[in-house]
Amino acid sequence: MTNSWTDIKNTDLVIVMGGNAAEAHPCGFKWVTEAKHHRGAKLIVVDPRFTRTASVADMYAPIRPGTDIAFLMGMIRWMIENDKVDWDYVKNFTNASFLVREDFGWQDGLFTGYDEGKRDYDKASWDYQFGEDGYALTDPTLQDPRCVWNMLKAHVDVYTPEFVENITGTPRDKFLKIAEMIGETSAADKTMTSMYALGWTQHSKGSQNIRGMAMLQLILGNIGVRGGGMNALRGHSNIQGLTDIGLMSNLLPGYLNMPTEKEPDWTTYMESRQFRPLMEGQTSYWQNYSKFMVSFMKSMWGDAATPETDWAYHYLPKLDVPAYDMLRMFELMHQGHVNIYFCQGFNPLLALSNRGKNTEALAKLKLLVVMDPLETETSRFWENHGIYNDVDPAAIQTEVIQLPSTCFAEDEGSLVNSGRWLQWHWPGATAPGQAQTDVWIMAQIFLRLRELYRTEGGVVPEPILNLTWDYADPNEPTAGELAREMNGRALTTLTDPNDPSKVLVEAGQQVLNFSQLKDDGSTMCGNWIYSGSWNENGNNMARRDNSDPDNTGTYQNWAWSWPMNRRILYNRASADLDGNPRDPSRPLIWWNGERWEGYDVPDIAVTAPPGQVMPFIMNPEGVSRLFSRGMMRDGPFPTHMEPFESPMQNVFNDRMRGNPVARVFESDVEQFATSEEFPFVGTSYRLTEHFHYWTKHNRVNAVMQPEFFVEISEELAAERGIARGGMVRVWSKRGSVQAKAVVTKRIKPLICGGKPVHVVGIPLHWGFTGAARKGFGPNTLTPFVGDANIETPEFKAFLVNIEPLAGEPIA
Amino acid sequence: MSTETASQPVTAVANPPTVPLAAGFDARDLVRISATTQQPTPERQLTPVAKLIDVSKCIGCKACQTACVEWNDTIPEIEENVGVYENPHDLTPDMFTLMRFTEYENEETNNLEWLIRKDGCMHCEDPGCLKACPAPGAIVQYSNGIVDFIHENCIGCGYCISGCPFDIPRLSQRDHTVYKCTLCSDRVAVGQGPACAKACPTQAIVFGTKDDMKAHAEERIADLKSRGYDNAGLYDPAGVGGTHVMYVLHHADKPSLYEGLPDDPVIAGTVEAWKGPTKTIGLAAIALAAVGSIVHNVMTRPNAVSVNDERQAGDIVDAAAPPDSTPPRRDQA
Ligand code: SF4
Ligand code: SF4
Ligand code: SF4
Repeated sequence: MTNSWTDIKNTDLVIVMGGNAAEAHPCGFKWVTEAKHHRGAKLIVVDPRFTRTASVADMYAPIRPGTDIAFLMGMIRWMIENDKVDWDYVKNFTNASFLVREDFGWQDGLFTGYDEGKRDYDKASWDYQFGEDGYALTDPTLQDPRCVWNMLKAHVDVYTPEFVENITGTPRDKFLKIAEMIGETSAADKTMTSMYALGWTQHSKGSQNIRGMAMLQLILGNIGVRGGGMNALRGHSNIQGLTDIGLMSNLLPGYLNMPTEKEPDWTTYMESRQFRPLMEGQTSYWQNYSKFMVSFMKSMWGDAATPETDWAYHYLPKLDVPAYDMLRMFELMHQGHVNIYFCQGFNPLLALSNRGKNTEALAKLKLLVVMDPLETETSRFWENHGIYNDVDPAAIQTEVIQLPSTCFAEDEGSLVNSGRWLQWHWPGATAPGQAQTDVWIMAQIFLRLRELYRTEGGVVPEPILNLTWDYADPNEPTAGELAREMNGRALTTLTDPNDPSKVLVEAGQQVLNFSQLKDDGSTMCGNWIYSGSWNENGNNMARRDNSDPDNTGTYQNWAWSWPMNRRILYNRASADLDGNPRDPSRPLIWWNGERWEGYDVPDIAVTAPPGQVMPFIMNPEGVSRLFSRGMMRDGPFPTHMEPFESPMQNVFNDRMRGNPVARVFESDVEQFATSEEFPFVGTSYRLTEHFHYWTKHNRVNAVMQPEFFVEISEELAAERGIARGGMVRVWSKRGSVQAKAVVTKRIKPLICGGKPVHVVGIPLHWGFTGAARKGFGPNTLTPFVGDANIETPEFKAFLVNIEPLAGEPIA
Repeated sequence: MSTETASQPVTAVANPPTVPLAAGFDARDLVRISATTQQPTPERQLTPVAKLIDVSKCIGCKACQTACVEWNDTIPEIEENVGVYENPHDLTPDMFTLMRFTEYENEETNNLEWLIRKDGCMHCEDPGCLKACPAPGAIVQYSNGIVDFIHENCIGCGYCISGCPFDIPRLSQRDHTVYKCTLCSDRVAVGQGPACAKACPTQAIVFGTKDDMKAHAEERIADLKSRGYDNAGLYDPAGVGGTHVMYVLHHADKPSLYEGLPDDPVIAGTVEAWKGPTKTIGLAAIALAAVGSIVHNVMTRPNAVSVNDERQAGDIVDAAAPPDSTPPRRDQA
């Protein structure tokens, strides 16, 4: 989230699209209820199904799964055409005036530079024009046909309301009504908040869905302000923490990058990361990259990380591919290239696409280790459960070890919520049986491995032997110790650069925050964005003061949020060029003549004069991007692409299947279907009664939603002769499931390209372990392909067929 | 390195803010006792309470249902899916409240509406269940409006079921007594709100004095009217003397849209006619002296019979209330 849950109460308009907040985030949704009740805010829901969120919405419109970009580009077009643009914001705080290279263009659904053989773009032309001083060229009058604004105008021109209706199936009158409601928030004193989740990410162009809304929000001036923002509702408790801490194969903590093979040494690695400002006087905060990176290396390897060793850079693995995401790992496993798989808090048998392939892949492992508080289907993948897991245990040689772990309620630590708040928690119960904390388990593995390296040697033992492990009890580092390490401390005494006699931090003390980190080896910090969370003031994550002066919703003294306890990112953009609040009724920060002050921690150097330093300090431009240069693999503007399995051809280019740069493995291509074979659109989702595959173990949740079902329209039920509550078979090119049928008015056929499109809704909470009835999940059916930028699988749009099941359901 | 753990949280104000309610009510506060000729006259009048359920805020998450199961320690069946969202499919002796879902196509606006109503006992000011009950002391009403079943006194005849205009009580096959929502009388007695209200994430369920709840409802109705629900209103039906569980409805002119909510509930004529000094069936000997034991059961025992209690169920059917002493009176808060 750019903003916080509590800030949603400040909004005038909530749009829930690409998510189902009431259903999947009922507790956070209370802030929507609050905004509706006390501000008279309106709620718009755009979703293939009339959801629980829609049940309390002021406006609902259906949309065909996987066509959000067309809808959003249509919105942008409408805003421009109807002059619903926050011009001050667009001109000052976005790159609208930047000139784009002459050789950049878009045609037949593709941007310039496409290489069909490589399924990739040469992105060189997706850039600004630069002057001799190295700064980007601009036209503040927005007259130049090559300026971003005019390029955007041309790009969205095709997305007329008629075009949008034809692609998305959203009735034109509803689209136009929503456009009017959204358009009102282009006024400086009106805001809209976008709440989205996996309904946008789980597509082969998921990142571009989000870009589309982010651009719309920038045009309306709704970023960096109270009640605005792009608010990603994270799907798991602490999944925000997972990304923050860099638990992805290509990330290090704090969104630093794992080096690649093309970066064999420190200098090469740093060269491409310390972005120089692209406009004069801008902050370009990533110029500090080396301070965060060196402090991280010091936290990892202490005295072994020296300037002479390039901070032990050679200890870091170098990626030979962009990422070892879960799709790639299971592809490799399926090819027999993986011997051991550690599965920690993850149930891939149900959570990953194309289950049949994953069962085969797991059976090729020598050893599978599952660390989980619960029985998972993955740990039992070898067990026969009739139709629900029809395998032959005798044919599976994989050794499986289950390590029972504690759950969140049984240990201490912090959880990071969607709003980037690190909230400390204490154990509420004692773990049952032999369950141990994940930290204890990892420590035991590490200590034994280190001992083996010490006694037996091995290839490259140094990164293991020299890993810093200075915990009071090496067997079980405490949450407090780990948190203090993430905050970072001074290794030698830090003094004021302007006055060396002034001591800032004594050696051994916690740094105040990341502004004190250094790239000379005098500081260590496990995760720079968490720096400030546990400094010499103590554990700021444990703060529980919910006072909120003037009811701004910032709650500065409740827990701690990264970065720097800032609650609304880009909050400098809430003030105008002179530093005055753009909406006097909702001030956030302002310039008092000498410095920035206000209700939130300013997202700008406090002494940076207004009018000079622009609000988007992480971008070398200083402004936000309507045109994202080469930052994304699939284009600098979002463009409509069909899902890999779709009932419609891409209207721009009928040779194009899915996202033209999404990575697909050859063996999976054969398993993509056409709408001739599979006429209906499947989409998967969560229900409020359950949390993923966990709560089916809990009897009360099992009572609330006991059994796997699919949802279909009355029209499709009639067409296929399906009765409410009857058993149906749903199958895709990859597998088949059996479910009860919920026949509902909440799903309606959509008219796209002149033809009706039927949606089959498939909730995901059942499996073959737990208290609830045995069932299937949607991922027996889903295709094995992910987003072009971050590889999130396309769970939200695929093709299926459905028929009533003959005879009685199999128990 | 330090092994210190963080200090415990200091909470300034609870979120959502909760002001403790006046605690403590007991036998002295009974205003009605089933099948008892000498209705007590309490020395004091408690402030009437009410639970307000704002149907327009409810997202149908069933947290209230879950909280009710947890608080009352009931063990509902894991049923099948029968093609709808209601689970269990109906109120049961182990499920005192149930979300009912209606898909309503509003012809005036051309919009689909998914009306989600939390069903359960309405705690009628004029309770048909109590009036129909022939077992002395099996159903009682306190002066704050709460209608409660005293299982030890229930004979399992099921008359209350036919007496209830809302079709709420359910007969347990396990102990042959009847169950329904208690309005969390055991929580309210110690100054807490109902478990369902506490769990509700959207504060669609709120609890307080009936006057406060009516005022809160007015605010909500004004909001709904501003959104085009011209017939938004409060459901507090006069036919049963008003209720201590009320709804804010978007379509207060058509309560029956909400899956079986009666448009105009009244106590069945047969119950009203039957009511009188002769209605008790051989158990009239129960005198006010027994009230102490009734109250003891309310305040100190779980309202539901656990599986472990099942074996003793036969004894409970016996009409005689367990000879127990009156519990110490609690101080008034
Ligand atoms: S907990 Fe509240 S929002 Fe959820 S179903 Fe119950 S009344 Fe509705
Ligand atoms: S709703 Fe039915 S059970 Fe509840 S008090 Fe009224 S009559 Fe009795
Ligand atoms: S008031 Fe108590 S008993 Fe009644 S529905 Fe709510 S939680 Fe259940």
